[in-house]
Amino acid sequence: MTELTKKRPEFRNINAFTDLTTYRLPLAGWVSILHRASGGLMFILLPLIVWLFDTSVSSELSFERFSAAFAAGIGFVPGWFFKLVVLAIIWAYLHHLIAGLRHLYMDVAHAVSKEFGKSSAIVTLALSIGLTLVLGAKLFGLY
Amino acid sequence: MSVNFGSKRVVTGAHYGLRDWLAQRVTGGLVALFTFIVLAQVIFSSGPMGYETWAGIFAAQWMKALTFVVFVALAWHVWFGMRDIWMDYVKPAGIRLALHIFTIVWLVACLGWAVQVLWRL
Repeated sequence: MTELTKKRPEFRNINAFTDLTTYRLPLAGWVSILHRASGGLMFILLPLIVWLFDTSVSSELSFERFSAAFAAGIGFVPGWFFKLVVLAIIWAYLHHLIAGLRHLYMDVAHAVSKEFGKSSAIVTLALSIGLTLVLGAKLFGLY
Repeated sequence: MSVNFGSKRVVTGAHYGLRDWLAQRVTGGLVALFTFIVLAQVIFSSGPMGYETWAGIFAAQWMKALTFVVFVALAWHVWFGMRDIWMDYVKPAGIRLALHIFTIVWLVACLGWAVQVLWRL
């Protein structure tokens, strides 16, 4: 505990706009920060997610409101923007899920090599972005 | 790290050690498992996905019980994650405590709403 009293250098006040943009993250670093960002995004949008659950399961009538939000929009929010927000949730969930499974696999298999970190990061990003594009195309009625 | 004892003790920290680490992984694993169970029921359902099929997935008693457990696990999981974010980026204890309280209120409110929806199915 005596270590705690020793003064160590502190680096503070990193400028988000001038300093963060100069960081060159490896792919595993991108997976890591996006894991955090996607989690934070879903936390902020949690009431919307519960609303989606509520209207989609409660009754036939509410299910119609659920569908109409995508087709015609809701309140002052147009349908395309509503779809875009839901697509953001879809991406966030996919990324968070796959990156989380990567974490679990690393914990169980003790897979902590630099090479595995990179190759699994590529798989994570490819899967989450690929599936988001496929589901996004479906959501916007491209097929 | 600055002084962290006596009157300078940080009151809004994590529980260091195995418990939170393990609970974060167990709750995350439960949510992942639940995701695949719902996905499987959607994929293997017959006919177009309308209200009946979708609501029917959650209406089964075993599914209701499982969904309830997963909702609680999810809220707990989000608490770990958000607490870690506040701990990393917000240093003043007062603001951090306020954000912790906001996080708990936000999560419990959403959890209550989701459970209410589930219960009346």
